[in-house]
Amino acid sequence: MPRIVSITLQNTDDARPIIAAITADNPGARINAMPGIVKIDRDDSLTVRRASVEDRLGRVWDPQEIHLSIVSMAGNLDEDDDYFNLSWS
Amino acid sequence: MSVVALDKQYADKVEIRDRLENFHGNQVVYVHWEDHLMFCAALAFPLPPGMPFGALVKEILPTYYGMHPDFAKIDWSKVRWMIDGIETSPRLEASLQDNGVGHKSIIRFWTPGLDGYKHSRS
Amino acid sequence: MNAPLKLGLKQRYSLLTSGLDWTPSYQPFEKIYPYAEFEGIKIHDWSKWEDPFRLTMDAYWKFQAEKERKLYAVLDSFAQNNGQMNLSDVRYVNALKLFLTGVSPLEYQAHRGFAHVGRHVPGVGPRIAAQMQSLDELRHVQTQVHTLSHYNKFFDGFSEFRHMHDRVWYLSVPKSFFDDARTAGPFEYFIAIGFAFEYVLTNLLFVPFMSGAAYNGDLATVTFGFSAQSDESRHMTLGIEVIKFLLEQDPGNLPIVQKWVDKWFWRGHRVLGLVAMMMDYMLPKKIMSWREAWEIYFTEAGGSLFEDLARYGLKVPKYADVATAEADHLSHQNWATFYQYCHAAGFHTWLPSAEEMDWLSEKYPTTFDKYYRPRFEMWAEMEKEGKRFYNNALPQLCSVCQIPMVYTEHGDHGATSFRVSDYKGEKYHTCSDGCKDIFDGEPEKYSQAWLPVHQIFQGNCGGAGLEDVLKWYKLNLGADNLQQAGSPDQKLWDEWMAAKDKVAG
Repeated sequence: MPRIVSITLQNTDDARPIIAAITADNPGARINAMPGIVKIDRDDSLTVRRASVEDRLGRVWDPQEIHLSIVSMAGNLDEDDDYFNLSWS
Repeated sequence: MSVVALDKQYADKVEIRDRLENFHGNQVVYVHWEDHLMFCAALAFPLPPGMPFGALVKEILPTYYGMHPDFAKIDWSKVRWMIDGIETSPRLEASLQDNGVGHKSIIRFWTPGLDGYKHSRS
Repeated sequence: MNAPLKLGLKQRYSLLTSGLDWTPSYQPFEKIYPYAEFEGIKIHDWSKWEDPFRLTMDAYWKFQAEKERKLYAVLDSFAQNNGQMNLSDVRYVNALKLFLTGVSPLEYQAHRGFAHVGRHVPGVGPRIAAQMQSLDELRHVQTQVHTLSHYNKFFDGFSEFRHMHDRVWYLSVPKSFFDDARTAGPFEYFIAIGFAFEYVLTNLLFVPFMSGAAYNGDLATVTFGFSAQSDESRHMTLGIEVIKFLLEQDPGNLPIVQKWVDKWFWRGHRVLGLVAMMMDYMLPKKIMSWREAWEIYFTEAGGSLFEDLARYGLKVPKYADVATAEADHLSHQNWATFYQYCHAAGFHTWLPSAEEMDWLSEKYPTTFDKYYRPRFEMWAEMEKEGKRFYNNALPQLCSVCQIPMVYTEHGDHGATSFRVSDYKGEKYHTCSDGCKDIFDGEPEKYSQAWLPVHQIFQGNCGGAGLEDVLKWYKLNLGADNLQQAGSPDQKLWDEWMAAKDKVAG
């Protein structure tokens, strides 16, 4: 059985470019909209790429800015200057 | 000692708040009418150990269970009683204590033929 | 020309945490860290601790300040624009009363708990993480009190939340949960709150319920909820890091950790029954049932998590299957309890409407019509006859979770589940195998329980009569308690809605 990783973000102007970047960069990601939030699930791993968010946002974006929009997550986290990754080992 | 505590004397310092002496001469007795979950849980009462079992049946139960439409239909001669897990036939004139009801005992009773509103066990 | 030297995230975090500690020279280790060893947990190398979030202090303050600015802008706007009038229905406010009296004080308890653990764990990484979490939790309680103070201007049941938390019978359930965790050692506290509660269970509280707040027009609560929850992913990461670290450090840690995971999963499951009821009964516009939330956040997310942790030998918590089966009953049993005891509660209750009952039947096809619909229909008939049912006796409480013994047998949901233990010649009643195991594991601790019903009988709660006890709770009789219909809250709301209709013509 695939193990599901998940990230939930607020449905806000700050978070929408992140949601769009995740959707584009993670084929097979399942997007669940709930009131106020968007929960994104994917089998095994999911990555938020800095460059991809910056393309959509039109400015420099620090992956730690995700702290302002994140609601919940599931998976082991690996975070660096260029990405934010969730996976099960 | 099964508790893992920093203080090696922990178990000796335990203060049990529910000791019988703390209830001013009463003991805590729980009563539960089976198959009538309109009453969400067993009911708790502070009662004198010398109180006759019959007084519990005649005075306390109607006060707290009487609003259920099944209550008036109970045939008391057929009621099944259980005290602390043991089926028993309590003597109504004897005290709670003499019927084996102690501090924090639970008295459960079944009323044959009556199983709640529209047989829902509520 | 050389590019300006900038440290990467991993380097920055490593500089923050390494070399911050020192070896004591004039005090022995065990005097500085008196709580470090008594639980039996063995740590060989604290430097192996990895915090995946790598948040440095400057970044922490920057992001937290930004979150506060956003939150308070919304709160101000909500108050300025009389947001309370745009709720889906006034019944919703009762969920907020339960939140403020039952949940917000736990945020404060968590603040205290993490401050203590942050002082007493002898490793730099977890101490920094615990310090941040302690500050977060203080922020949460403050923002919640600020947010809900606006509701206190209009509605009953909010004003004495702090006083009530320490006294009211049903609030002893969440209070004793945290008292239990905070009186444990630092490693158990980490597993109890950081792992079992934060990682495995709080999603159930903050995610679907707050989404429900958004759906019911409560702009203020949804904003504090998600502002708090943005810290939560850091807390969840800390929780999972702690468990992995303890299991990697020494094989002897596994049985100790497993016992804590089993215990705190079950304790958390019992406390969250309050949230189950909030979701299924107290949100006028429903978003998902408790059963559905349990599937997503425990069965699915927890399933992946425990599969991942299986490599350390850790098993799915004991009685997880029972908890999953109970998800079909929990909210109904709890709401039925508050319905019959709302004369002694700081919020109002009501019977679900015909439409709401149909929704419950659809969401709970195997249980609602069989057990709970008849109960509510019976009470509706009694209400019609002017005999609204209030239970006038006090209920038997579980010695561990302190909830009235309302839960039913796994396999026979028409029968109450009774368990009893004997300790030093006294009987201790519990509601389930889960609570009985916890009692039997540490009878010295739980035999000391301050059970509200017994305390009333002992005369320690203001007097023998119900009215005396409610006054001791600082419950404003006739306003804070009783049913929704006829309450001052309902009257005020009806006036607001009538004024709105007038304008609309």
